Amino acid sequence: MVKRKHAVGSVQKVMRRGNPSRALLWGAGRQRFAIVLAILMLCPTAVPYAQPTERAPDTMEARLLACAACHGRQGEGTKNDYFPRLAGKPAGYLMNQLVAFRDGRRRYPPMNYLLEYLPDAYLQKMADYFAALRPPPLPQAVAEVSAAVLARGRSLASEGDQAHGVPACSGCHGPKLTGMEPAIPGLVGLHASYISAQLGAFRYGTRTAAEPDCMQLVAASLTEADVTALAAWLASLPIPPDPSPVPKGTLPMPLACGSEPN
Amino acid sequence: MRIERLLRLPGLAVFSLLVGAAVAQAADDALVTKGKYLARAGDCIACHTSPGGALFAGGRPMATPFGTIYTSNITPDRKTGIGSWTADQFYGTMHSGRFPDGGLIYPAMPFGSYTKVTREDCDAIFAYLRSVPPVNQPNRPHDLRFPFNNRQLILGWRTLFFQEGEYQPNPTKSDEWNRGAYLVEGLGHCAMCHSPINALGGSSESQAFEGGLIPMQNWYAPSLTSNKEAGLGEWSIEEIVDLLRTGVSQRGAVYGPMAEVTFDSVQYLNDADVRAMAIYLKSLGEGSPPGTEDSGIPAPESSLLMNFGQTVYATHCASCHAADGRGMPPDYPPLARNPSIQMQSAVNPIRMVLNGGFPPGTEGNPMPYGMPPFAQTLSDDEVAAVVTYIRAAWGNRGSPVSSRQANELRTAPLD
Repeated sequence: MVKRKHAVGSVQKVMRRGNPSRALLWGAGRQRFAIVLAILMLCPTAVPYAQPTERAPDTMEARLLACAACHGRQGEGTKNDYFPRLAGKPAGYLMNQLVAFRDGRRRYPPMNYLLEYLPDAYLQKMADYFAALRPPPLPQAVAEVSAAVLARGRSLASEGDQAHGVPACSGCHGPKLTGMEPAIPGLVGLHASYISAQLGAFRYGTRTAAEPDCMQLVAASLTEADVTALAAWLASLPIPPDPSPVPKGTLPMPLACGSEPN
Repeated sequence: MRIERLLRLPGLAVFSLLVGAAVAQAADDALVTKGKYLARAGDCIACHTSPGGALFAGGRPMATPFGTIYTSNITPDRKTGIGSWTADQFYGTMHSGRFPDGGLIYPAMPFGSYTKVTREDCDAIFAYLRSVPPVNQPNRPHDLRFPFNNRQLILGWRTLFFQEGEYQPNPTKSDEWNRGAYLVEGLGHCAMCHSPINALGGSSESQAFEGGLIPMQNWYAPSLTSNKEAGLGEWSIEEIVDLLRTGVSQRGAVYGPMAEVTFDSVQYLNDADVRAMAIYLKSLGEGSPPGTEDSGIPAPESSLLMNFGQTVYATHCASCHAADGRGMPPDYPPLARNPSIQMQSAVNPIRMVLNGGFPPGTEGNPMPYGMPPFAQTLSDDEVAAVVTYIRAAWGNRGSPVSSRQANELRTAPLD
């Protein structure tokens, strides 16, 4: 059963400000203005202008503190269930996501807002930056599902479910699920809630990719129980010592994918 | 000889025809180039192109208090765009706010500003729009509530708020000032956001540039006439030019709707025009007293809220904006004496703390530094305390902010 896309219920309010009376604001006479100016000049807390200040470090880290709040300073992720690790994912994948957020193909208002007025060249630099980072993994979360559910997740990830048209995750995302260059992401080091939210977003159309949108097809053929099992299993996997994605073309992909043209 | 000459004549005719065509082509190209530049100045692209959609094919939803308006296709497609329009009809639309068939246009289209654009400039913009690829994309009907779905109501609005007429230069001012005024009041349509909007969705000429909350977007567009807000009377021309053109300056940076203006429009304008705009904008704020009213907030030592705010600031903000609020401009904007922090409306600083933001990536500042969002880290009380603190510390004179105000803005739309 495929539910229809949830309407994002943003509360929209119309707020109007009363117009301040100009007379009230500007009515002060020249005399009062002079007094006030004198007070201002004497005021020790007022910071004068034209004092040279230090510039921020000329680094990507200093530029991208906006990302660190949710994704960690080195893109290692945070404890928050819904924010993914970015470090080590293929640059092509990260770039596709940045552009999709900016242009609204992937809907998540806080990200859509942040990237709205950034040019491709900068987004590419961000993607390259996070792709190259190799921070240590965060502490592994303990799975909160039964062994049977984990086993189902493992079987789906490594073998798929041929009867229901579900390909194995490892067929595209690599034998160690660390992704494939240039644009297939690793699936290790992510929270279960994030993975299940993404599978839901593919299915309901709030996350879309270049046609043919292979993940939309895959997600549509999964049951709710499959999603739970997959998310729990993938989240339980440790990040391997070398989390690098496999090179481009390593795997014969079972599906045509617009983001990863063969 | 005679025969040779006769033979040569048709060649000459063809040659002169070619030259004539080439000259005409060059003139057309020059007109299109000029039109493209002016279309940037008018920021047509911001509304008439959907994010990720075809250039000028319209369809972008514009939320208004009266319902949703979908922008129109202005590509030269004959069926769904403006391909069958004449230059006269285009000028008429820009100048009078009426479609070629006389139909009334909703004032979401800033014809109240575009009426000030000269015929010559309108013709250039039209020539440019004729040159872009036609896109077959039918206009989507507006989704306006009763009674606003009745276009005849626009007649009343026009009577109250619309004054038709091209820009008239002020002979007592310099050419530069007049050029700036023409761009700001005309194509730039700055008054659309920077003037108070009343309950009828109109803004009156007498209150032009006095600032107001942008309906539906919940961003405050500050007054450009008061130095207590974004009046630029105390700024240098260079600082204003930097802000408009690169999105950042020694005094502050642009975010939200103004980032869009810099990103889509002003960064493409030439030095002379941005400077002219700066001169005009500076003049709007000159003569206005500096912000001197007491905020009514007691010193940190005596106020629990200020103390709490100072603690939050030291933990989360001071590493970039510095303990004394001077920031590291233009990368990390200063907060001390930054008028946008202290404005009567606290909407913008609260939003910045909740959602963070990047200034636009421009040619002059291709890799801007981003402010992190704190919505997921700070409670309403912490947001209120820290915004109150930055509005009153270091000689700033803004009024306190309540946690309720902070909470309300958590649900403000981000798009």
